[in-house]
Amino acid sequence: MSATSKSIFSRLDGVTLLLYILLVLIGLTAVFSVEYRSTDPSIFMMNKSHMRQFIWLCISLFVGLLIIFTDSKFFSSFAYLSYTIGLFLLLITIFAGVDIKGSHSWLGVGSVRFQPGEVCKIFTSLALSKFLSSPETNFNTLKHRIIGAALALGPAVLIILQKETGLALVYFCFFLVMYREGLPNIILIIGFSMVALTLATLLVDRWILFGVITALTIGGGYLIRRELKRNIVARIVIVGVWLFCILFSQVLVPFAFKHVLQKHQVERIYSTLGQDVPQAYQRETQKNGEVKKGNVSDYNVKQSKIAIGSGGFWGKGFLNGTSTKNAFVPEQNTDFIFCAIGEQFGFFGSAILIIIYVSLMLRILFLAERQRSAFSRIYGYCVASILFFHFAINISMTIGLAPVIGITLPFLSYGGSSLLSFSILIFILLRLDSDRQVMIR
Amino acid sequence: MSLAANPRQFVIRLIFISIAVVMLIRLFFLQVVEDKYKVMANDIAILRKVVYPPRGAIMDRKGRPMLYNVKVYDLMVTPRNVTKQLDTNALCQALRIDIPTFEKLLNKTRIKNGPMRKGVFMEELTPEQTARFQENIYLFPGFEMAERFTRTYPNASAALILGYIGEVSPEMLKKEQYASYQQGDYTGMNGLERSYEDVLRGQRGVHFLERDNFNRPREPYRGGALDTPEIAGRSLELYLDAELQEYAEKLMVNKLGSVVAIDPSTGGILAMVSAPSYDPNLLKGRDRARNYSKLYSDATKPLLNRATQASYQPGSTMKPMTALIALDVGAITPSFGYPCAGGYYACGRRIGCTHSGGGHAANLRVALANSCNSYFVHIFRLIADARKFGNVKKGVQAWANYGKSFSFGEKTGVDIPFEGKGLLPDSNTYNKMYNGSWNSCTMLFVGMGQGEVALTPIQLANAMCIIANKGFYYKPHFVKSIGGNTKDPVLKPYLEKHVVTHIPDSTFDIVARGMQDVVERGTGTVARMDGIEICAKTGTVENKAVVNGQAMKMKDHSVFVAFAPRVNPKIAIAVIVENAGYGATWAGPVASLMIEKYLLDSVSAKRKHLEQKLYNANLVNKYIFAIDSAQRLRDQARMERRTRLRLAEDSAGRVQDTIRAKRFLHRYYTNKNRE
Repeated sequence: MSATSKSIFSRLDGVTLLLYILLVLIGLTAVFSVEYRSTDPSIFMMNKSHMRQFIWLCISLFVGLLIIFTDSKFFSSFAYLSYTIGLFLLLITIFAGVDIKGSHSWLGVGSVRFQPGEVCKIFTSLALSKFLSSPETNFNTLKHRIIGAALALGPAVLIILQKETGLALVYFCFFLVMYREGLPNIILIIGFSMVALTLATLLVDRWILFGVITALTIGGGYLIRRELKRNIVARIVIVGVWLFCILFSQVLVPFAFKHVLQKHQVERIYSTLGQDVPQAYQRETQKNGEVKKGNVSDYNVKQSKIAIGSGGFWGKGFLNGTSTKNAFVPEQNTDFIFCAIGEQFGFFGSAILIIIYVSLMLRILFLAERQRSAFSRIYGYCVASILFFHFAINISMTIGLAPVIGITLPFLSYGGSSLLSFSILIFILLRLDSDRQVMIR
Repeated sequence: MSLAANPRQFVIRLIFISIAVVMLIRLFFLQVVEDKYKVMANDIAILRKVVYPPRGAIMDRKGRPMLYNVKVYDLMVTPRNVTKQLDTNALCQALRIDIPTFEKLLNKTRIKNGPMRKGVFMEELTPEQTARFQENIYLFPGFEMAERFTRTYPNASAALILGYIGEVSPEMLKKEQYASYQQGDYTGMNGLERSYEDVLRGQRGVHFLERDNFNRPREPYRGGALDTPEIAGRSLELYLDAELQEYAEKLMVNKLGSVVAIDPSTGGILAMVSAPSYDPNLLKGRDRARNYSKLYSDATKPLLNRATQASYQPGSTMKPMTALIALDVGAITPSFGYPCAGGYYACGRRIGCTHSGGGHAANLRVALANSCNSYFVHIFRLIADARKFGNVKKGVQAWANYGKSFSFGEKTGVDIPFEGKGLLPDSNTYNKMYNGSWNSCTMLFVGMGQGEVALTPIQLANAMCIIANKGFYYKPHFVKSIGGNTKDPVLKPYLEKHVVTHIPDSTFDIVARGMQDVVERGTGTVARMDGIEICAKTGTVENKAVVNGQAMKMKDHSVFVAFAPRVNPKIAIAVIVENAGYGATWAGPVASLMIEKYLLDSVSAKRKHLEQKLYNANLVNKYIFAIDSAQRLRDQARMERRTRLRLAEDSAGRVQDTIRAKRFLHRYYTNKNRE
């Protein structure tokens, strides 16, 4: 324990706490505005979401208080155990989960339900931090890199088995952490290239793409022809890259779209690109008979865009959101809560929200960088990355920049397990930060 | 690790910030630059609900309702709320329908409005259906009753006067007049409902409601700040006497013709009948279209308002007016006499006169009482050839101008639509007819009301008002007050006094006494009754109709005009019974009974036999149907001819287009080949 004489509360980072409270209050307001009716007898109605969310907020703050009174070393020592528990919970969910809206990722005890995948993010963050910060780990070796990746993606695999792909995708954010901790630059580049190549595959005719890739390879080879003459490795690399690109674009992506991804996922991706699903990727049921005019996710995004777009610069005013109040946007309490802000407070309010968010994430990065112990730093990066991933995907999907992936907007979306798990993430970070001079292993 | 040592933290920060910037740019475009989303949001979320205020009622002169709104009930259903608890059998029992019909109606509603929204299941329940439904309403979840108003005519009379309302047609919507209407709105189609549409209709209210994703209305949009309240239509009070109107309609049963009775002191119309009449209740509600086409194809043309749209030669009833003009022009004095010996020979051919006794046209009063043709033909010639006009063309023109000021040959301006003008010849008419060479002998018949002159019954009645008023009239009209206000700006044209002659009252008295003599000892003694001095003039009008391609002389129209009492007249009346015979035989009794009824409130026992005679008479000639069907065939043939012509023009146009196109292509290809 640090020898500082100040109390634990004064050592907590005020800025982070303030931003956190701000976001939670904005969230409460948004949830309230969506469900409130002028005919309601009072605003304190227990059957309404905002009151339940308020109770969850109280629970979260209480848990936060518990965390603050916990020894900061506890989190690192508890890391692997919690990770194991998390995996175990995920496994149980596969078999004993409750079906809610097509996903199988909820555990139910009576009327209380929670999503282990949501909580497992905390455990994974802790475990990854523990692993990367341990002195035995040399992250420059391939073996340890693979272990790191496995730690991050293990839960994701289990979550995919629960048919909750969106949540599983979040676990990819840990690559950002690993990048910070020494994953080579090339990983980032390869990652972006693969995304670009996937998009190109979907948008461009396959034979034209084939030609373009080949031409690019030949062009590249011509530029480094001297190298190619001298170096056999270079030749192997360039042929390998070409082969991989061709394989990826001609075989892997079509295969994934035909057989791995589900119908609604294919539709969502194409609707984001603003195109119809091509014949080749349409499923049997679709081909026979029915002619589809737009699909469901198209409807979601359209309504969400209408809600946000109609807000204008200053917004329609608090409680005047006609689209959100009257349930035109599906899932507007949870995944599409940003619509309520966009519609009622306009560009002005949305921009302020985004600025608050980015400030919070940058503040967390700042906190992470000032830690003495690697565990705390890496954990801080985990928190920032998770927040960033949720934030980026959620808002992008509401404004039509990304396909609809069912993940929440942290602190704002209605939902107990989401609010609680993000609060725990933040409070653990605050606790670790209050002991930033202490080496935690 | 110091800050300088690890550039990757900045890469990560850069990623965070750049994503946020991309979002902000996108949001800026979405929210600030693009406008379409605002429109779309309003389209989907705001329900514009038009609220119709109750239409104004119409009352007669004594405040008795003639047209008002009644509540009817529509059965509404919200298909989604129709659950297993619904007792289908009981509902079918209550509505007296069978189960397949029930299913059909339910499906129809579901398809039309969707399962979540309330829709009409059955329109206008009968009182029995309503009662049975309400008894067991708890058995029918999802069903409810919605009240609505329809127009009803309690007296079932005055159909053409009151008019009816109907849905505005797409063609009407294109006109500027109907700019404030929408598809599905109702508007007055005829009669007072049409002329006073703006007054009766009131002002529609528009309420903006928010609606949810299932199209269910929720709360007022912005607390109702944008709403406009509805303003109820104002009611009309008429001069019309409902009792008199009904009586007149009864008298005119099984006859063709019309009755117009006007209060001369105000121009207010007391009764107006166009026979045959029909029950106005036929033209409302569910069966309107069917009944309308039935009425439309009726040979007796019940939809034609003969009182304002049909015109007849006035016959002898024109004579008082000829006398007035002659007096006003100064062509004669009341003591002017004509030595008629049973005919008028001055123009080379004989114009017959029913009297031949000496002195039957010794002065104006006597001539009027005896209806001497020679006298009036002669004084007409005196007007036309009066020295002060210079020549006959100017003379006839002056006569025509008098006619116009009597509103002959022009619309009287009565406040129901589609009024006819009648015919009034002037110098131009004869210039065209006789190529400019004519004199007062050519058209002297108009002096006795035959020839080129034709008047609508309302014009005739209005002429009686002028005589009764001694030289002025008010435009005949129905509406006394709008919402209790007699000085409403809409009524302004009817409050204006029109002065048409400048003859001294004493001279008018002579004309009136001459007309009184008609009743006392002349041609119209049938109208005589105790206690009332009636001034009248009979008319028996020769007329022709085209049958089988040739003009045939038909039975005379029976015409009778009158006003009473002679001093302080209260009623002026014109009656025409088509193809009935002498004026005194049919039109006379109708007019006198009406006068008696109006002035004395009841018909004396002495005259009941006249009533019975009229009730029992059927004067609709069989050949009317033949004439009508022939006319319809001709109309149809003309229509077909027009259609063929249009089609021919179309195809000719198309051929020309083809030729033009071919020529163009030919030129194009030859040019191309040359290159």
